[in-house]
Amino acid sequence: MNSQWLLVAFFFIVGLIIPVGAIVAAAILGPKKPNPIKQTTYECGIETVGDSWVQFKVQYYIFALVFLVFDVETVFLFPWAVKLGQLGLFAVMEGIVFISILVVGLVYTWRKGMLEWA
Amino acid sequence: MNFWTDPLKLAADWLIGLLTGWGMPAGVALGLTAFLGVLLLITVLMVIDIFLVWLERKVVARFQDRIGPNRLGPFGLIQPFADIIKLLIKEDTTPANADKVVYNLAPMLSMMSVLILWAIVPLAPRILGVDLNVGALYIVAAGAIGTLSIIMAGWSSNNKFALIGAFRQVAVLVSFEIPMVAALLIPTILAGSMGMNAIIQAQNVWYVWLSPLGALIFLVAAIAELGRSPFDMGEAESELVAGYNIEYSGMKFGMFYAGELLHALTFGGFWGILFFGGYRFFGLEQVSPFLAIPILLTKAVIGYWIIMWVKYTMMRIRIDHMLAFNWKFLTPLAFVLLMVTALANVLLRGASAWIYIPGMFLSNVILGWIVVEFMRRYSRAEREKAEGAAKARTVLEIAHP
Repeated sequence: MNSQWLLVAFFFIVGLIIPVGAIVAAAILGPKKPNPIKQTTYECGIETVGDSWVQFKVQYYIFALVFLVFDVETVFLFPWAVKLGQLGLFAVMEGIVFISILVVGLVYTWRKGMLEWA
Repeated sequence: MNFWTDPLKLAADWLIGLLTGWGMPAGVALGLTAFLGVLLLITVLMVIDIFLVWLERKVVARFQDRIGPNRLGPFGLIQPFADIIKLLIKEDTTPANADKVVYNLAPMLSMMSVLILWAIVPLAPRILGVDLNVGALYIVAAGAIGTLSIIMAGWSSNNKFALIGAFRQVAVLVSFEIPMVAALLIPTILAGSMGMNAIIQAQNVWYVWLSPLGALIFLVAAIAELGRSPFDMGEAESELVAGYNIEYSGMKFGMFYAGELLHALTFGGFWGILFFGGYRFFGLEQVSPFLAIPILLTKAVIGYWIIMWVKYTMMRIRIDHMLAFNWKFLTPLAFVLLMVTALANVLLRGASAWIYIPGMFLSNVILGWIVVEFMRRYSRAEREKAEGAAKARTVLEIAHP
């Protein structure tokens, strides 16, 4: 079991080495002539106004919040799905009740108007 | 045991024997061999990735009634290598206002999130990285790193286009992860395991026949997860110029680009594994891995081709429509399908295959038919309401000009 996760760690290491290697090679091979104008922030035709690290539209945050509720609860469904074959009809009904509670949450969000792009 | 039936084990045994012969401890030799195996797989993937650039350009050219790269080598096959040389010797600029560490880390994580997915892809019955028993969850977890890289790129660039692109893309990615997880649960229920190899071994009949609707939901959610058109909110080039990767140039942009193409192939592969039997094809996979790997790659490329087909045929959908499509249509549908599949699977499992397979298929068809009928009625009501309002306005304007 531990050796499995060691292999996964190898994948992480090699998966990081390859892009790092490519980017470092490009940094070494490419020309390096920075100047202040080249390093300005890209903008369409005009000079950019102000910083981009500002307070942002809250709508994105609400979708992330709804996602978080669902994602945490769907994780509970995986063990249920794996053992469904052995557990039979009672477990299916339990699962349907659980998913129905999830759907009630979705309906609540919907009714509250949180899914509208305001 | 010979080279034809199990080449990887033969090569690994030979290498371990050689290393222990040099006086290396057995554990270290095993670890080193495994590391070299991973390095070999990922190197091969990067080579495939290079040709994916060529394939993508060639296919988009055909869709747009052009020829595509055809100057360098036969059919322009050497074109991507010229592209790589160009990317390597291009100046590597970093905007002065950017958050340097995060800015440089984002493209690496973007590529890594795709490469680590291949840890659980079974290429042949006995050639696979890791047979994790939580494979389906691993797909979701690796996808989260990709999402993270996008928000890192958009935020650290300190560019307004990049920031808007990243926020949009992340909103879409996290939204479509819910139907994706629900679609991943369906093969899990049918196979009784989350491991990719177990799911393939259990597919005596392709799961697309047991759950056609699940396969469709997985494809749609996968295209959204890839951030490809019609879901390419993050890099909507007509409005955001290039989206979250706008400030990147040279090899850093190349990593985002190559990562996206390999991601598409990977999800084509997962589509094949979860719903089309992976490396299985009429028992040919038992003969030799040299047959099983091409079978899996063929399925992956067919899936990739379908993803490209959708990309170059559909137009981009507005962000509010897209999120509404997910939360008000796809997510409820995916959960209802999950319940129907679980129920039908338990009720029909004991029956013979002649009842089980058509029963599962019919349950999906009936659910799909109900949904289509419901949507038809709903859209007709909406249309009549809009037409009625338009008519009332015209009458009013005639009466009071």
